Amino acid sequence: MSALEITALTLRIHGAEILRGVDLGLAAGRIQGLAGESGSGKTMTGLAVLGLLPAGSQVTGSISYGEQELLALPPRRRNDLRGAEIAMVFQDPSTSLHPMLSVGAQLTDHLRHHLKLDRAASRARAAELLGRVRIPDPAAALHRYPHQFSGGQRQRIAIAIALACSPKVLIADEPTTALDVTVQAGVLHLLRDLATEMGLAVLLITHDLGVMSAVADRVAVMRHGEVVENGDRLQVFTSPAHPYTASLLASLPGAAGGVRTLDDVRALRELS
Amino acid sequence: MTALLEVAGLRVVYRGRPPVRAVDGVDLRVGAGQVVGLVGESGCGKSTVARTICGLVKPAAGAVVFDGIPVTPLGLRRRPAALTRIQMVFQDPYASLHPRRRIGAQIGDGVRAATARGGETGPGAEPARGDGTGSGAEPAWWLRRVGLEPDAARRYPHEFSGGQRQRIAIARALAARPDLLIGDEPISALDASTQAVVAALMRDLAVDSGAGLLFISHDLSVVRLIADRLIVMYRGRIVESGPAQVIWEDPQHPYTQSLLAAVPVPDGLGTMPAPPADDAHYPLDQVLR
Amino acid sequence: MTVTAVDSGGLRARFRTRIPRAWRTPLGITGAVVAALWILIAVLGPLLWPHNPLGQDFPRLQAPSGAHWFGTDELGRDVLSRVLAGARVTVPLALLLVGLSVVIGGILGLAAGFFGRWVDETVMRLTDLVMAFPTVILAMVVAASLGASLVNAVLAALVVSWPAYARVTRGLVVGIRGAEYVLADRLLGFSAMRSLRMDIVPMVTGPVLILASLDIGTATLLLSGLSFLGLGAKPPTAEWGSMVGTAIAHFDAWWMGVFPGLAILTLVMAFNFLGDALRDALDPHTAGVLGQAETR
Repeated sequence: MSALEITALTLRIHGAEILRGVDLGLAAGRIQGLAGESGSGKTMTGLAVLGLLPAGSQVTGSISYGEQELLALPPRRRNDLRGAEIAMVFQDPSTSLHPMLSVGAQLTDHLRHHLKLDRAASRARAAELLGRVRIPDPAAALHRYPHQFSGGQRQRIAIAIALACSPKVLIADEPTTALDVTVQAGVLHLLRDLATEMGLAVLLITHDLGVMSAVADRVAVMRHGEVVENGDRLQVFTSPAHPYTASLLASLPGAAGGVRTLDDVRALRELS
Repeated sequence: MTALLEVAGLRVVYRGRPPVRAVDGVDLRVGAGQVVGLVGESGCGKSTVARTICGLVKPAAGAVVFDGIPVTPLGLRRRPAALTRIQMVFQDPYASLHPRRRIGAQIGDGVRAATARGGETGPGAEPARGDGTGSGAEPAWWLRRVGLEPDAARRYPHEFSGGQRQRIAIARALAARPDLLIGDEPISALDASTQAVVAALMRDLAVDSGAGLLFISHDLSVVRLIADRLIVMYRGRIVESGPAQVIWEDPQHPYTQSLLAAVPVPDGLGTMPAPPADDAHYPLDQVLR
Repeated sequence: MTVTAVDSGGLRARFRTRIPRAWRTPLGITGAVVAALWILIAVLGPLLWPHNPLGQDFPRLQAPSGAHWFGTDELGRDVLSRVLAGARVTVPLALLLVGLSVVIGGILGLAAGFFGRWVDETVMRLTDLVMAFPTVILAMVVAASLGASLVNAVLAALVVSWPAYARVTRGLVVGIRGAEYVLADRLLGFSAMRSLRMDIVPMVTGPVLILASLDIGTATLLLSGLSFLGLGAKPPTAEWGSMVGTAIAHFDAWWMGVFPGLAILTLVMAFNFLGDALRDALDPHTAGVLGQAETR
């Protein structure tokens, strides 16, 4: 029983076809990876689920969340769902947090709006959330501003805000791409742990196949607005069904069948 | 191998309260025909080192000597011809080309820099041929060498993808016939599938012309494929250096070890990269091999 | 997904493709038409005036009628002719004012942004000095001390108008001068002057011109305002601001003030609409610093 099911999703923006019939399912407690290069449509898929498509978008198909058909919901209902039941984390922690509000204020705003908690309760919950994402000294952190934290910490705070209302679905679009590799490792562990603990259905969108390999349970590969492959992680990485996936892997050092030496890379160049 | 580039005791400080020591005592060398990879995470100072070598940043202390010539910071004066033998490829392919000039003209600037030095010697003084079969005196030839169509010279940067623009930037830098090519995170903004290919291209083109290549990146898995030596920086200092393969297989410094352990491998096995302990502080002593 | 702003190579090419689309907006078209009309009126000048704007030949203070569509003023002059003649004064002067402000402010801003250090300090402190005063008041003071005349009014307005352009240009230059393509060209041996000319100035002119087009309305109001206060055009010159000024003493002869006032209103709004349309047409991203926008 999937938490969220995308069926035959088609998207046109000002007439240009961006998504052509995407099928994808998210299951509770599992991380579904969505890989692809720039322009493949993976970010747009995430935005379609969230209802954050740009003006001029025409969507057809179905995104069913439980009993509800998201595409048929009025904007008000979608707003209520977003943040509370379907949460998101974006790439750049320096722009996803409000620079002028304290971290505590951003969390409590969110909690009070969606969960209708009173001030004391929301502060307590906010501190608890910060502790959960392993921000040191959560009580003091509530009063600090985003610029006083490192990039990795800001991303953790963004995750805390996303998970504040115990959502069922999390859309993470390149959550660690802007982070250093050592910081990324910590955030990936956090995402993985939280997904399991909270039974979250996660859609992890990234072009980084290394990240995909580390945390995703299933991997879907997109190209030109279509899902060309979708399967179990080990399967996709070791015996990809689609030639596009195979070519992506072939150019990565460290992948099975990927380049191992300089000569391997030179051989690739001859092909391209 | 003579050291083409010698950096000794480099210190760069940015103003602020307190002042930031971006580079805190760095020594390095690059030889002709040698590829040196400079790796580290954000804030370690690797980009600052690159820019100081080019003269774009003024050091607080230390010396940068290129082929016996001290590198002076770039001022209002035109760059001395001898120093145009140092060229750089920048990180952002969308900002490194002039948006309103044809790319042929921009690569032509590189050629002009070489001719101004008398460094442009083609196989005889051939008339310009637009099909890329001429000599390094024409942009079209360079476009061919980086794997683009010669007729692209008439087009504008916005007509190309990020990967293509980076190749154009490489062509422009190489057209100036540098003896030292510096890449400041040149592949970071590219799609993963083209990163290794572009890095190898830079290596081959530089080494084939006898130039040295200083390749800066935070992505070790690609750098170690193309580099002869690796230098690892942390908080403004070099913590480890040595032959690339040796460091990759057997890192000695704890920071290098944690860096390598944190790189996720795309093998499908689901191995989580090891995160360093929270607030880990690494010793700043060096392991030089 | 990557969204790259399309830069069709060259300012000329961009205008060719962009302007037609901009003028398709109703406001843009209205602005363009009205502005063009006023410019035409200014250019054609005497050919259009039904009567001599200075000729005190008619009965005084006549309400608008068949013979005098805009009525006559307190000295018996035909208001319509004076309003039309006023265009010949205001339109060229407003354009001149903006042009000079762009050139003077632009050059100073370029120097400040490019050379930095003491040049930057000096120019910026000068702009601070001028901008510390309320625009109109400072203009009034300067105009008054120079003596009331149209030329002096333009000079006074110039004094208060150049700083904004200096600031904007300096900001743009500071942003561009660290751009990677600029650095790359310096490494290739471009001199500072060549870098300024080829790499920086072309990227600055676009946004500055848009600002200038939006500013023509303000320039008009400033000049008319100074004349209204008696610090600009001297009688008997037909100038809208001074016409409104004299109309105050004859409030019941409403036509004396309303028609020149409407002329100012329509001209200012026309240029504002035009400027807005231009700004919207030239992709807001390219109206910014580097001419590119990238979101992954």
